[in-house]
Amino acid sequence: MMYKPFVMAALLAASCGAQAADAADLAAIRSQINEMKQSYEQRIAALEEKLAQAEAAAGRAETVAGKAELVANDASLKVRQPQTSAAAFNPEISLILSGSYTNLTKDPRERRLQGFIPSNGELMPEGRSFNLGESELAITANIDPLFRGALRLALAPDNTLGVEEASIQTLGLGEGFNLKAGRFRSGIGYLNELHPHEWDFSDAPLPYQAFFGNALGMDGVQVRWLAPTPVFLEFGAETARAMSFPATDEAKNKNGLMSAAAFVHLGGDVGVSNSWRGGISYFASQPKDRSYDDPLNGVSNSFSGRSRTWIADLLWKWAPNGNSKVTNLKLQGEYFRRTETGDLVYDTASTAQQGAYRNAQSGFYAQAVYQFMPNWRIGYRYDRLSSGAADIELLNNGSLTAADLPLLAHYAPSRNTLMVDWSPSEFSRLRLQYAQDKSRPEATDNQLWLQYVVSMGAHGGHKF
Amino acid sequence: MKTISVRFSLALLSLISLPACAALNVFATVPEWGALAREIGGEQVRVYTATTAFQDPHRIEAKPSLLAQARQANLVVAAGADLEVGWLPLVLRDSGNSAIQAGRPGYFEAASFVNRLEVPSVLDRSHGDVHAAGNPHIHLDPRNVLKVGEALSSRMAELDVANAAVYKAGFRAFAGKWQTAMARWEREAAPLRGMPVVVHHSSFLYLAHWLGLKEVSTLEPKPGVEPSSGHLRGLLALQQTTPARMVLRTAYNQDGPSQWLAGKSGIPAVLLPYTVGGTPEAKDLFGLFDDTVQRLLKAAR
Repeated sequence: MMYKPFVMAALLAASCGAQAADAADLAAIRSQINEMKQSYEQRIAALEEKLAQAEAAAGRAETVAGKAELVANDASLKVRQPQTSAAAFNPEISLILSGSYTNLTKDPRERRLQGFIPSNGELMPEGRSFNLGESELAITANIDPLFRGALRLALAPDNTLGVEEASIQTLGLGEGFNLKAGRFRSGIGYLNELHPHEWDFSDAPLPYQAFFGNALGMDGVQVRWLAPTPVFLEFGAETARAMSFPATDEAKNKNGLMSAAAFVHLGGDVGVSNSWRGGISYFASQPKDRSYDDPLNGVSNSFSGRSRTWIADLLWKWAPNGNSKVTNLKLQGEYFRRTETGDLVYDTASTAQQGAYRNAQSGFYAQAVYQFMPNWRIGYRYDRLSSGAADIELLNNGSLTAADLPLLAHYAPSRNTLMVDWSPSEFSRLRLQYAQDKSRPEATDNQLWLQYVVSMGAHGGHKF
Repeated sequence: MKTISVRFSLALLSLISLPACAALNVFATVPEWGALAREIGGEQVRVYTATTAFQDPHRIEAKPSLLAQARQANLVVAAGADLEVGWLPLVLRDSGNSAIQAGRPGYFEAASFVNRLEVPSVLDRSHGDVHAAGNPHIHLDPRNVLKVGEALSSRMAELDVANAAVYKAGFRAFAGKWQTAMARWEREAAPLRGMPVVVHHSSFLYLAHWLGLKEVSTLEPKPGVEPSSGHLRGLLALQQTTPARMVLRTAYNQDGPSQWLAGKSGIPAVLLPYTVGGTPEAKDLFGLFDDTVQRLLKAAR
């Protein structure tokens, strides 16, 4: 039992020793803990920082992913786009439809331009009541980097098909040059190159009817050169087998150049609201056996010789601030003068007589078309021709009398035309036109037209 | 006689040699891209702009003056997406200038460098004057201007190698200023987000897309078709159910229809410059967006 207190004492001593040792140890432990705490705090901060970085990286990844998606969308758009235009190698096709209702006070078959050798062109209006107009099918496309091709077919209401235009044209030959070959409308004058659906009136002006049978078509080549000047200055030349009046070459049995044309155009702007174009053109040809029938006398006459035509044209357009959408005014006029020298053959069933023929004829038209509100236009046109005083040897020497050549008796045909048209869009037009036609001395024909012209397919250009 | 002919030939010579001073002759179809070419090229470019802010870009004709300018251009900058389909192909063909034909480096179409909106799924003209390639009025989103600017500056550098550094530097300087300005416009225009508007023609689609405006309806019943009184009355009725806050139009749009709707419904009719030169304040691209945002904010107050 005696050991008990010793043990107790020893224990106590030990515990006391332990207590003494504790105070120093605790301080060390505390400092260790503090150290640990600090280091943990640092590590936590570092971890937190890492976490924040990771989060930011994730955010970035998200935005990158978003961008990638956008890029992918872009790419898919880019991939999709060519697919939608997979038919792009197909030509541009456009189709023009037109038709009219006409009310004429005189028989359309008796209509003629007194004093002028008939041009055998389509004399419009064709007839009374309902008329189908020409349906035009145009197909154009770039052939390769060098050429562009164009075909324009006219489907006439009498179920015949005409090739109005079939030509190739250079694409960016450079230095301002453009070449064209095939069948095309001559670049002379202003209206000549425009197709009927682009006209501001339902029919061609009298000078075009008298001098070219509505329009001068060419089978040949054309060169144009645009000068490198701040004002528009263009030169053109053509040589061709002229398709229509006043040239003829039905035999196609002569080498060399039968017809030639040359023109110069000048144009520009006056302020921001006005633009204009003027031109001088010359056309020369050598008609051979150019025949015409005189149904009144039952004879067939023909002319061989030289035919030369000069044209001066001026076009002026005005639109407030150059914005033609709401209101605009278009003034246009052309003057023609033709000299023909050669031989005239007077051919009846029994006899044929030949004598010299010389005549200088002229004519002009002037027109104004005003768009007074969007889609609505009114227009007025005045045409006048002067048949000239023909110098005909067969009349001078008494072989024939004036009564034998009634179509060539002097006269000055004239016409007044008024129109109003409504174009609900760029692609359709309805027109009401009234004309007082004094193209022959014995009658004044009052002509009323109601016409539609529409186009489908490829968007044609807005020619000046 | 001799002096006259000498004078005449001198005059002719001066006509021919006049525009040859600048390194790059740029033919821009619309004012916004003309202005951008000027920002990038500075003194090194001569910029001719074919149309003004007062002209409907859809209804331009191949005027003689345009042909004369295209003849001498080194670079045609077009909006593209069929905006100029009615006249530019004619001008390019008749210019006899090989450098600017489509497909050559001298022909640049802005719309092909951005994502276009409103690409129609149905192509039919009974839907009006639809653009197969999408809405072509891309410039009213300033982010598009930046994209086009980058592409245009590299094209200019490609065409005029001697001044390539000038164009690159010109674009960098422009882009820096533009980004700052863009941040400012976005900050200022924040209150406009979600605002319902009526527009004359869908000329502001990209602007609406950028600023978060909501196009409720258009005054034109169909694209390119003039507003009719019946359609306008319909819009007025619509104003009862889905009210718009303002009617937007460009400088080239007629003011009648938007004034009518504004008068009847009591919301403001707002003319936006649409492009450079559309208002006196829109002297350049920065002015265009400054003025557009200011006019919108003023009308929204």
